[in-house]
Amino acid sequence: MFKKDLTPGAKSKVKSSVQRAIRTKVVETYPKLAPYIDEIIPKKSQLDLVKLPDRVSLYIHDSTPLFWQHMDDPLIPHLKLVHAFPQAFPRLRIDRGAIRFVLSGATLMAPGLTSKGGRLPDKEDECKEGDVVAIEAEGKEEICMVGQLKMGTEQMKGKGKGVVMDGGHYLGDGLWKMNFD
Amino acid sequence: MSGETATDNVPGVSSESQARNVIYCGVCTLPPEYCEFGGTVKKCEEWLEKYHPDMHEKLYSDDALNANLSALSVDAQKRAQKDAAKKEAKAALNEQRESERKAAAKVLIKRVERNKRKYVTVVSGLEEHGLDLKKIAKELGKKFATGSSVTKTASGGEEITVQGDVSDDVYDWLTERYEDIPEDNIDCIEDKKKKGAG
Ligand SMILES: [Zn+2]
Repeated sequence: MFKKDLTPGAKSKVKSSVQRAIRTKVVETYPKLAPYIDEIIPKKSQLDLVKLPDRVSLYIHDSTPLFWQHMDDPLIPHLKLVHAFPQAFPRLRIDRGAIRFVLSGATLMAPGLTSKGGRLPDKEDECKEGDVVAIEAEGKEEICMVGQLKMGTEQMKGKGKGVVMDGGHYLGDGLWKMNFD
Repeated sequence: MSGETATDNVPGVSSESQARNVIYCGVCTLPPEYCEFGGTVKKCEEWLEKYHPDMHEKLYSDDALNANLSALSVDAQKRAQKDAAKKEAKAALNEQRESERKAAAKVLIKRVERNKRKYVTVVSGLEEHGLDLKKIAKELGKKFATGSSVTKTASGGEEITVQGDVSDDVYDWLTERYEDIPEDNIDCIEDKKKKGAG
């Protein structure tokens, strides 16, 4: 989604009714973020909306980017927010060999997760197609990508191949490099 | 309404931040454990050693480096190394180009006559040296206690317009404060109104 460098478009204030709706949506999509929502989007604060290319909306608070949204797709957290609250998101792990491909914007394929260095959740914690997940990496502490799954985790285990995620937000991409000060 | 209120804090709920504080590399901006995948590893390592020696020791110890290698097959290692070398060469080339460009980029300080005896000072080209125009406009306004703002140029770029004839002062201030701009690259010029016009 953000392979190219971005220049932010106009910044506008988010109406308070819209801001309330965003808060609700965030808690609904990421229930584990609920305890921290007042820290992420304080009640009396003002969110700003920045329009990005390809019909992406980015919500920022005090020059900190929080969530982005492609059209009516789910709100997806900026990686800095994921780093701040990693336990609030479902996580899958890629093997070390896949890291450099992810960081250059390649599509994430199933073998990078089903191999020895990768990790997928057990069946009772499975993630479904369309879920937003954070991608960990073998031997690393911090999350390197976040985005929507194209394939459920049980399906990945069964098939062992195919596209898992494309258009995710990864370390070093255009969104990561944007500065809002 | 009362500015800072303590009443917002619900008793029993800590107002302290629950967010993890993550260190990011001052060179490539990624978490330092990912520096190895960029083209600036050497600089990244130097930065980390200087600012976060503990983390440096952890990430760049022989054990850590060996563990990284053993996670890949010999073939994958070779490919990854080749890829890293390419990235490094690209980053070095980019850096060289960038410094050449900066060495050549001119900054113009222009005195423009607005009305009779009324002048503004227009500074252009600072963005080529990686400077934030808004920030500098603010600094200039403060420094010379005058109006100063970022304005659009006819060609779609941006420049700084300072009220008053402060060309020489701006020149001195810039050369002193932003030493990275070669002094030879800063030119002061005067934009006289054509005679007969107005
Ligand atoms: Zn780095």
